[in-house]
Amino acid sequence: MTAVTPAPPSTAVAPAPAGAAPPNPPGRRSRLRTAAGFAFGAALLFAVAPLVLSDFRLALLAKYLCVAMVAVGIGIAWGRGGMLTLGQGVFFGLGGYAMAMHLKLADAGPGGMPDFMQLYGQLDELPLWWRPFASPWFALPATVLLPMAVAFGLGSLVFRRRVRGAYFAILSQALAAAMVILLIGQQGTTGGTNGLTDIKGFFGYDLDDPVNQRMVYFIIAGTLLALLALTRQLIHSRYGELLVAVRDGEERVRFLGYDPASVKLVAYVVAAGMAGLAGALFVPAVGIISPALIGIVPSIEFVIGVAVGGRATLLGPVLGAVAVAWARTALSERFPGTWTYLQGLLFVVVVAFLPGGLASLWALARRRDVGARPVRRGWLPAARRRAERTEVPAA
Amino acid sequence: MSERTERSEGRERMPDRHGTSGERLDGLSVRDVRVSFDGFTAVDGVSLEVPAGDIRFLIGPNGAGKTTLVDAITGLVRATGSVRFGAEELLGRPVHRISRLGIGRTFQTSTVFEELSVLQNLDIAAGARRSWATLARRRRGVPDEVAAALETIGLAGRAGHLAGTLAHGQKQWLEIGMLLVQDARLLLLDEPVAGMSHEERDATGALLETVSRDRTVVVIEHDMDFLRRFARSVTVLHAGRVLSEGTVAQVQADPRVQEVYLGHPVDAGSARTGREA
Repeated sequence: MTAVTPAPPSTAVAPAPAGAAPPNPPGRRSRLRTAAGFAFGAALLFAVAPLVLSDFRLALLAKYLCVAMVAVGIGIAWGRGGMLTLGQGVFFGLGGYAMAMHLKLADAGPGGMPDFMQLYGQLDELPLWWRPFASPWFALPATVLLPMAVAFGLGSLVFRRRVRGAYFAILSQALAAAMVILLIGQQGTTGGTNGLTDIKGFFGYDLDDPVNQRMVYFIIAGTLLALLALTRQLIHSRYGELLVAVRDGEERVRFLGYDPASVKLVAYVVAAGMAGLAGALFVPAVGIISPALIGIVPSIEFVIGVAVGGRATLLGPVLGAVAVAWARTALSERFPGTWTYLQGLLFVVVVAFLPGGLASLWALARRRDVGARPVRRGWLPAARRRAERTEVPAA
Repeated sequence: MSERTERSEGRERMPDRHGTSGERLDGLSVRDVRVSFDGFTAVDGVSLEVPAGDIRFLIGPNGAGKTTLVDAITGLVRATGSVRFGAEELLGRPVHRISRLGIGRTFQTSTVFEELSVLQNLDIAAGARRSWATLARRRRGVPDEVAAALETIGLAGRAGHLAGTLAHGQKQWLEIGMLLVQDARLLLLDEPVAGMSHEERDATGALLETVSRDRTVVVIEHDMDFLRRFARSVTVLHAGRVLSEGTVAQVQADPRVQEVYLGHPVDAGSARTGREA
């Protein structure tokens, strides 16, 4: 077949697309660069941080890295899939509680009951739904699979009914609120507002021992790197391209013969699994899981970190989450009470002036070097414009 | 083509995910289709037959129900009646299932994925039948049907560009290219040349003639000059009903069409003034 269009002006070799659309397939150089990036990250996390930071700061970093894992998931669901999920705390909490329940039971010993149940004194024996968590073979997979199952159930209902945008965000937030209310209401078996606290051991290791704390940190750092590798594969796969297409034109994808609901569902379930894993590792790192750590406010804070870092990039959510969590600690230490305002301000500034997050600064700078590439507008308004165009094809 | 032969052919056809060359052509058969929104009847009992391989233009004043009819065919709005493509009844199926039967459409405004490259756009359009295992892997190289489509729509030199950076006309061609790799055997194009330059219109018309060799094409268009040059047959809709149908000459000579378009019957010569208001 011959080209029937007028010859396009002879542009030089097409440059690889930048930004949200990664070049495909990757050349050897980009693969090398990725390997170097991962090596650099691993060196930073495994060698530099433990050497430079005190035990106290390292434990804080472990906590931040757990938040970063949630952020990686939000980056997939929101940045790539367009699902603004304001309820990741639910999945974080499911993973956290599953792990904490197991550790509490392990602390109590065989046949024992967690301390708080004896304290409230209403229960003679362990509630039925606690029992499977005594086995690590149940509890450990459950930290990931339970959140994924809940996300699957919810997502199947919601995406097929084409709930999206603000409605989806509100729904997911309501879920976080409901989960907190449920946990507090069932104080006798969940620990109520206090949550599950005072966790002493982690599979036979004493968590008070700094050496073991360090081990927990290494597990967390390794898990984060593994999740990043998984995410990189996901966003560079055909599925990753399809997910961006669903984000930018759900109706159009439907007319291409795909069911966007299942495409979104996969991203949502993966994000939930990551949040669950993060919650599970948060428990040995911090020694507590409670409703205050998984409710609406922490759920929103997860999202703020992602927005600040750059939701549609691989590293943006991680760096944003760690930076925001670190700034929170640093500023709260010096100026208690001001952090909440600063956090709000930061969020407003980023959303208004830098919708691509801090990562887009890097992309902008790089593009200026290259010169030839057009500067992409912040993609939030662009996506909104597209949504207006595609969602209701005018009659 | 009689319904009987359409049916028997439909049974023979096996789903084939690659290319369309050598595949059987199907026609579109719309019977007594009605669409109402809250008591307003946008499409009021439309019946039309588009034979296989036709380039049918749907015209009519604003609000005639052209786009709504296409919406009904593609499953975007609920409708009563019957729409058959080949042997398959389309009404009542969800949008993505209808699409997989080989029905592709474009919209009045271009809806390419601007954040993805031209190549990625086409690759996604080609992949509705891919398994999850394939989706989980990276794309290596350019699939054959995508390469062919890039040539056909003249964007081979722009494969790596973000679709958002294309000119308006190129976006429309990319849309058509996406329908080609999607393996659409019925193309429903909603105002494909709106906003195009003369050269772009000519190229688009030639493209339509190329693709109609092994596909059936339905075009909604206001541009009378484009219609005269490329339509093989025309259906005029007015107030949700078929007003007239036939060749370009027949339709232009129809006094009812002149009345609808110009408010009063006139001779064919002055009706040929191009785009209606």
